[in-house]
Amino acid sequence: MIPNAFDYFSPTSVDETIALLQKHGYDAKILAGGQSLLPMMKLRVAMPSVLIDINHVDDLRGWREENGYLRIGALTRHADLENERNLMDRYPLLSKTAEWIADVPVRNRGTICGSLVHADPGSDWGAAMIALHADVEIIGPSGVRRVFIDDFFVDTFTTALEVDEIASAVLIPSPIGRAAARYMKLERKAGDFAIVGVALHVVKANDGTILDVGIGLSACGDVPVRAKKAEEWLLGRPLDQETINQASLLAQEEANPATDLRGSAEYKKDLVRVFVKRGLEEIAEELR
Amino acid sequence: MAINQCELRPMGKSIHRKEDPRFIRGQGRYVDDIVLPNMLHMSIVRSPYAHARIKSINTDAAYQVPGVKLIITGEDLAKLKLAWIPTMAGDVQMVLAVGKVLYQYQEVAAVVAETRAAAVDAAQLVEVEYEALPVVVDPFRAIQPDAPVLRDDREKKSNHIWHWEAGDREKTEEIFKDAPVVVSQDVRFQRVHPSPLEPCGCIADYNKGTGKLTWYVTSQAPHAHRTVLAMVSGLPEHKIHVISPDVGGGFGNKVPVYPGYVCAIVASLQLGQPVKWIETRTENIASTGFARDYHMKAEIAADENGKVLALRVKTLADHGAFDAAADPTKFPAGLFSIVTGSYDFQQAFVEVDGVYTNKAPGGVAYRCSFRVTEAAYLIERTMDVLARKLNMDPADLRLRNFIKKEQFPYQSPTGWTYDSGDYEQTFKLALEKIGYQELRKEQAEKRARGELMGIGISTFTEVVGAGPSHSFDIMGIKMFDSAEIRVHPTGKVIARLGVRHQGQGHETTFAQIIAEELGLTTDDVLVEEGDTDTAPYGLGTYASRSTPTAGGAAALCARRIREKAKKIAAHLLEVGEEDVAWNGEAFQVKGLPSRKVTMGEVALAAYTNLPEGMEPGLEATYYYDPPNLTFPHGAYIAVVDIDKGTGAVKVRRFLAVDDCGNVINPMIVEGQVHGGLTEGFAIAFMQDIPFDEDGNCLAPNWMDYLVPTALDSPHWETDRTVTPSPHHPIGAKGVGESPNVGSPAAFVNAVVDALAPFGVEHIDMPIFPWKVWEILRKSGVTE
Repeated sequence: MIPNAFDYFSPTSVDETIALLQKHGYDAKILAGGQSLLPMMKLRVAMPSVLIDINHVDDLRGWREENGYLRIGALTRHADLENERNLMDRYPLLSKTAEWIADVPVRNRGTICGSLVHADPGSDWGAAMIALHADVEIIGPSGVRRVFIDDFFVDTFTTALEVDEIASAVLIPSPIGRAAARYMKLERKAGDFAIVGVALHVVKANDGTILDVGIGLSACGDVPVRAKKAEEWLLGRPLDQETINQASLLAQEEANPATDLRGSAEYKKDLVRVFVKRGLEEIAEELR
Repeated sequence: MAINQCELRPMGKSIHRKEDPRFIRGQGRYVDDIVLPNMLHMSIVRSPYAHARIKSINTDAAYQVPGVKLIITGEDLAKLKLAWIPTMAGDVQMVLAVGKVLYQYQEVAAVVAETRAAAVDAAQLVEVEYEALPVVVDPFRAIQPDAPVLRDDREKKSNHIWHWEAGDREKTEEIFKDAPVVVSQDVRFQRVHPSPLEPCGCIADYNKGTGKLTWYVTSQAPHAHRTVLAMVSGLPEHKIHVISPDVGGGFGNKVPVYPGYVCAIVASLQLGQPVKWIETRTENIASTGFARDYHMKAEIAADENGKVLALRVKTLADHGAFDAAADPTKFPAGLFSIVTGSYDFQQAFVEVDGVYTNKAPGGVAYRCSFRVTEAAYLIERTMDVLARKLNMDPADLRLRNFIKKEQFPYQSPTGWTYDSGDYEQTFKLALEKIGYQELRKEQAEKRARGELMGIGISTFTEVVGAGPSHSFDIMGIKMFDSAEIRVHPTGKVIARLGVRHQGQGHETTFAQIIAEELGLTTDDVLVEEGDTDTAPYGLGTYASRSTPTAGGAAALCARRIREKAKKIAAHLLEVGEEDVAWNGEAFQVKGLPSRKVTMGEVALAAYTNLPEGMEPGLEATYYYDPPNLTFPHGAYIAVVDIDKGTGAVKVRRFLAVDDCGNVINPMIVEGQVHGGLTEGFAIAFMQDIPFDEDGNCLAPNWMDYLVPTALDSPHWETDRTVTPSPHHPIGAKGVGESPNVGSPAAFVNAVVDALAPFGVEHIDMPIFPWKVWEILRKSGVTE
């Protein structure tokens, strides 16, 4: 449980951070909350020779709403969103997801962007950001670019980030209408990675039909999965029992989980069905 | 509410724990907190293979790491005749692999360096060339004649270690032949691990000038460890000083002597500098003493009315690569023959076969008095199978078969003499308290609505306090225990005992025993354990033995002091000794309660104003050889609800009614029960150490070996009956392990009960949600 020796840098600006990444390339790792990176280093699963600690880069702090988006800076911690009352009405999925992550000490340090960049298919934020149709804001030597969350996740532990880029923020479209959300998760013990996690985000139009919907699945493939067919089915329909049942079956079809110590693929697919159904039933009740 | 430590007559009261202030404030002192001048650090190179020949070990690159002082291999130890050491079970085990490795994570080399980081860096650079050998993971495969023989060092060319039996085979067969009803159930108690929060570790500090080895170690049995070390190493015993400082949980894991300890000692002997070795979490789970791993079959013969007649048990015990089980020497399967439990069987026959496999060695008594947990789980599970077969309520079946109060002392068909008990009283209290009849009614209503609710019962008997010298020894040393009490001139007491607590609260409870006997307060008595230079000899703390053995020694030692004190009191009161009486708080003149002297006054006189000719001082030592074991028991009831969609089991209620005889500190007993129930819950629902076919350990960390937190554990309800032990000096019995021994069956019985409508008779632990879901799926139940 002792990491290998490494050099440590603590830049105070994004430019300085990018310059360090350009210099050290694949030998370097960005340290934000460190809640995945440091355990991996202690186990020597990860052995970076350079750590670039971005905790003193002020531009990466905090969240704000601008231009129709909620912009969550790279240093925003899970606990910040879990406890932020100002976000609970319009972005309910954020606190509902955050409260499922690991334990309080991890939530106090770990960051949302860090979790996305780590790209563990079993992460809770991956599924939630899929459901919220988020973009990831990326800064590199040639400037700022935005990547849709579905394109951001390339493979297990692999994202669209280039070696000299950082994820500076995640951007969530502000909902136009009443939003309700659920994060459904089954875990072997409190704070464990999901056996299966389902993130549900629904915006209802005035006529009672669904204006916007997102369904993200955790631990259901090589990357966080979008239940696209289920989303398409729900759009424009009222949230009645028959619609919900059909959506849960469609979502199940899109899950591609692996058989492991947490259960068989067949079991996990059925959990997706049960969770989509239960979650949408609760949302329908809430938005009634 | 807990009571402060300044009260007289503290026995039976919830006195505040004396340990708490330092532990709560982070002021405990564990092995890893100790830093000695010039201390070096050790890291161990471990095998990635479960079975492989070692073709070569190259340490050149590792020696290049700055700060590396020494690298030890099995060949080096062989030259010192320390490559193999004896185990407590009469086997031998490798310290560092010689020739081949027999399980994944086995110790192959030890690297000593100036810093821990350098030691770990260098360990990574030790190049070991392996040639893979066929792996045997399944114990049933291991005993097939054509299975590869794992232990080619032994004369016996087989993976079979030993056969052990208890009871009467013929008489048992006889009953089975004609029995109207016979049930049979295969039950696995999976491989689990005690997983104490503090892993194992030590600092070996050999002083070449004095020739003395000081050894700070995470030890539940420091005296026994010193003796073993003296025997193995040839160092004279009086020049080995073992110090077991604060220990962060043991649960049986810190009873054996581990290879890392031996390597650290060898390194310190060679280098003349202190060498610290602290395990990582993975090393602790994957290489040190696991528990259970019993493949059991139980059969009960009964009559049509549910009266049990005979029990037959056949078990295969998977010991891993070496038989390093921590049992009293004459008991290779521990006290497993207690498997007839709380029921009056006419006959029983129990047999166990130990086998080798390519897994880490162990078989420690994890919060358990040597295989009693396996036994209690098996009988309580199988009684439910019988109830189902007879279509009887499991509560009625138990009430029909309990050993009756008037049958004690009770001779069990496997040779135990149960000291005392009142099973019916304890169980009836539990049934009433949980509202058993109402719960059954609720269950019937829920079943009619298609909801899944289960009620599980476990009415277990424990056997603790090893033990009487006629049967119990470890490598020849009898399993007595000891106390030494010194009363100082101002009436303050230092008491030292041969046991070593790891969270049990001895500093409080033993102070209460002694204070009660001497008319002092708990605050007046300082309890010290764990230092072999100061404490009297004893066999340590495990198997719920501390109160039955050292607790008895403490009481009798205090009484020995009181005998001398009485003589001094007579002198102070200016009466004959026969005219002095002890009133519980002071010595008084018989018939004149106002003429009295306190123990404090007597203590001062023992150093200042003695009767003529009396030896000064006020101290005593007592070595207590208990006449029998003690037999705590309990009645546990679990109520569960099952989520049909996910298969998740919710423990809605759990009631534990324990009977551990007279209670020293009710708050500490309740804490012990809560802790043990939480561990039992984890075993029933979360914990397993599985292996793949190549012998890879699949749960070598807390990611996959699941340790519950307060967020996971159910709410515990507790109550108590009191049936004092007739032979123990204060009528106490030991309780730390009852909740872990008794609870797994209650949980599993509850889940099986909930699923009984689908014909389910048994589910092996741990009951993960997917197991339940698969049963529901097969039964056509879905949300």
